[in-house]
Amino acid sequence: MAVQGSILGNPVKRKEDAGILNGTTEYFDDLKIDGMLHIAFVRSTVAHANLGAIDTTDAEAMPGVVGVYTADNLEMPDVNGFIMLPPTMNRPPLAKGKVRFVGDIVAAVVANTKAEAVDAAETVIVDYDPLPVLVDMEASIADGAIAIHEGQPNNIAFGAAGMGMGAPVEGLMDEADVVVKGRFVNQRVAGVPMEPNGIIAIPEADGAMTAWIPTQGPHGQRGELAGVIGIDAEKLRVRAAAVGGGFGSKNTFHVEFGITAKAAIVLNRPVKWTETRSENMVSMVQGRGQIQYVELGLKRDGTITALRENVLGEAGAYPSLGAFLPFFTHTMACAVYNVPKLEFNWNAVLTNTTSIAAYRGAGRPEATQAIERILDMAAVELGIDPVDIRRKNLMPKFEAPGAPAGSGLAMYDTGDYAAPLDKALEAADYPALRAEQAKRRANNDVKQLGIGVSVYVEITAPAGLHIEYGKVEINEDGSANAYVGTSAHGQGHDTAFSMIVQELLGIPMDKVTLVQSDTALVPRGSGTAGSRSLQTAGSAVFRASEGVLETAKQIAANLLEANVDDIVLGDGGLQVAGVPSKLIGWGELASKAKASGIEGTADGLMHELDFDGQQSSFPFGSHIAVVEVDTETGKVELLRHIAVDDCGKILNPMLVRGQQHGGIAQGIAQALFEWVQYDEDGNPITANLMDYAIPSAAELPSFETYNTETPTHLNPLGAKGIGESGTIGSTPAVQNAVVDALQPFGVKNLDMPASSQRVWAAIQEARG
Amino acid sequence: MIPAAFEYVRAGSADEAIAAIAEHGEDAKFLAGGMSLLPLMKLRLATPTVLVDVARVRDLSYITDAGDHIAIGALTRHRDVETSTLLAQECGVVASVAAQVGDNQVRHRGTIGGSVAHGDAASDLPAALVALDATFVLRSGSGERTIGASDFFTGFLETALNADELLTEIRVPKAGASGFNFQKFNRRAQDWAIVGAVVATVDGAKRVGLVNMGNTPLRATAVEAALASGASIADAALSAADGCEPPTDLNASVEYREHLARVLVRRALEASA
Repeated sequence: MAVQGSILGNPVKRKEDAGILNGTTEYFDDLKIDGMLHIAFVRSTVAHANLGAIDTTDAEAMPGVVGVYTADNLEMPDVNGFIMLPPTMNRPPLAKGKVRFVGDIVAAVVANTKAEAVDAAETVIVDYDPLPVLVDMEASIADGAIAIHEGQPNNIAFGAAGMGMGAPVEGLMDEADVVVKGRFVNQRVAGVPMEPNGIIAIPEADGAMTAWIPTQGPHGQRGELAGVIGIDAEKLRVRAAAVGGGFGSKNTFHVEFGITAKAAIVLNRPVKWTETRSENMVSMVQGRGQIQYVELGLKRDGTITALRENVLGEAGAYPSLGAFLPFFTHTMACAVYNVPKLEFNWNAVLTNTTSIAAYRGAGRPEATQAIERILDMAAVELGIDPVDIRRKNLMPKFEAPGAPAGSGLAMYDTGDYAAPLDKALEAADYPALRAEQAKRRANNDVKQLGIGVSVYVEITAPAGLHIEYGKVEINEDGSANAYVGTSAHGQGHDTAFSMIVQELLGIPMDKVTLVQSDTALVPRGSGTAGSRSLQTAGSAVFRASEGVLETAKQIAANLLEANVDDIVLGDGGLQVAGVPSKLIGWGELASKAKASGIEGTADGLMHELDFDGQQSSFPFGSHIAVVEVDTETGKVELLRHIAVDDCGKILNPMLVRGQQHGGIAQGIAQALFEWVQYDEDGNPITANLMDYAIPSAAELPSFETYNTETPTHLNPLGAKGIGESGTIGSTPAVQNAVVDALQPFGVKNLDMPASSQRVWAAIQEARG
Repeated sequence: MIPAAFEYVRAGSADEAIAAIAEHGEDAKFLAGGMSLLPLMKLRLATPTVLVDVARVRDLSYITDAGDHIAIGALTRHRDVETSTLLAQECGVVASVAAQVGDNQVRHRGTIGGSVAHGDAASDLPAALVALDATFVLRSGSGERTIGASDFFTGFLETALNADELLTEIRVPKAGASGFNFQKFNRRAQDWAIVGAVVATVDGAKRVGLVNMGNTPLRATAVEAALASGASIADAALSAADGCEPPTDLNASVEYREHLARVLVRRALEASA
């Protein structure tokens, strides 16, 4: 059957799911390699100390142990956590001289079985000479604080000044009638992918290696790992099996990869590391972690005149991408609003904690939270409805790229910010909600209603990530392969990219194989991050399919002795327009390609390219949350969550819905539940899933999800990203709803997560 | 997340289990549903050298009408307690509380006896059993004894069980199909209670149990006494935290727990009126 109409825009079911659900899809931990050994790490139990003697004698004598390593007998270069950071804060994979957070790796034990490795690791005795511990950013930058890295005496890892930014703006608030001030904490959270971290490092002949890593970006991992273990990147093949979630954290190179691979080289045996959940909660990079000082200048009528933000972003003990993420907060600071003047300064601060890196949204949710929170505070102060103050300041609809007035850092592509707000208000029946709230307030009900609104815009394919490799090739059996430099870890790329091939070539999507996540098969790629995959790799598949079609038409024209302009898609191949009997199937076109002599067919019927979207795209939307707060116990119940997300033109509404749902749940989790905490000695006190409260379906309502569609001109699909929107729109809506419910008590702000104890305490304090 | 090495013995009957524990001594532990012990072992917070698995001792899984009380075999799964029509009729509070233990998976694995023997003040069922003044049957090689719930729980994760004793039966009074309520306050549905308040009516009198308000499951005796002397629910509930020494943790300070106890006891009393 030829395809009737376009498949694009239809809720096509995921190709990936059968294997995932019936258990036949393999994750890296399922792989069994002959002769494979297992590694376990001895991690620091203290947050900051000079490292004394490490006694490995007992461990070496334990059953099954084949190697015990410390920095003294497994040499690797120190690892730079992010390219813009000075080397003073590089991390030795195995600690040298000092440990700087609970979880820092002191020694590694390799044994025949995992249990033997774990048992032996327990017998390693480490002497620590404790140093003062810093777990609070403001304490880290206070006078007299101990330097976590000697070369970085003020504990500031990086900041706006390092990029020539952050200077005060003269007369910033001169036009303001009122200046509303807030201090907001965007708390540290953990990615907690269902599948934890790990690696299998397999040494091969001639100094080569294959490494299986559950990663979001195999090409990035290859470069980093090759450097740490001292082999040429060309000799290192990095592959990912199916990957069970990442949320940003699996884009980071973790030093455990280096230690495991180096041990594999030394032992000349495959070595595997599968992270335990307890390890995951201290080792895997975490997210957010900002303290924001925000000042908003306004006219009495609610018109914004200026915004000032001073942000401390937590970097952790060994700074990584997190030390750069406040730059994204700066980039998106003005959000959807006309902000005539902006002053934004930021510093990334070292603490004796797990490193911070990307986490779903990565810098943009923090920006949205800051502006949405301060706007609500301004609305209360000026006696304006939260919706009205937003409308007053929204940027008008635009269809050509432009930079918002204040920031100038972002070049927005297309936007129509009032559209999702209107739709969300209608879906929520906003006036009825306010009426119900007024009634409960008048009755002094125990359970008060809170309504929170957010309007957001965010960056996808950010920071130069708008270029991606793609190739489509046709096999002689008529099937197709689509190669991409992105690396799916749950999103449904196989489905989405197969739909594109089917759309352009008429090859059914079940005959399209997605090739990804393997540096040997895909020459280059930037991985899956920043909600970039469809708009970049999807567009590359789109353009590559067009290229294949063009070449195939020439082959068909020659074979059919027809004019190339008369060749069109037919049922399973190409035909002369209007003459279905004159059809050549895709298999035959592929088999005749090389002999055709047509340009670009030396390797068969294929086309490859690097798609360049020219710049980032900017999805947007509006969320409304309705909460009920039990004013006796402080318990917050989310009654409704309405989300209208605009990710440009939608390729598969089912995949979009899935991303909305997951993102919203994760964003609500930050607003109400999740918080990575340390005690004053730097001990993690939320390092398991009992204490680190990820909500379940029982805590969440059925989400009310909608879309508006404002296409972008940046790619042939008209698509922007959707992966992170849910976490960006939902968190401030829910937080605003909680504070809104508490307004009768005079509560002006409440930091996240809005735990029952915090809500109760805020009410107590407000009541005096 | 890998437990320390241990030996494993599977018992086919209560007698086999008791014989095995006697043979292996103090470092041996009974394993029932494993919902409390196994996590502790995985974190290596518990390192028993021998596990005597009693989960398949089916002769200790029953709920029967014993005339003046209902007898519940110690190895009866929470799910069976939750769905028992006999309990719903004769002591509905126990079924109702069991229905809020953990989540479905936990309730299908965990046992009432395992929960009692673990002696965790944050568990739901022990507080209900204390409120009901339940009786526990303990058996060892040297015979059987019974002990009241309030005497059984002796301290933080400590009970009156001797190392060689197996809890075999829980006896609850016929408190009826109504007049009870359980207010479980937690962050997430499957979490332990931050505070819980359970109310039952036994012989026309209100009994009040408290979850997670001290080292052991507690009975709010001051509330019961106030009610008995004619105080209103609102007034009686004000003494819910009297004499309690609740813990402080991530979720609640002492003051907050005391406040919650007062609110939850009031709500449970109102709902069970």
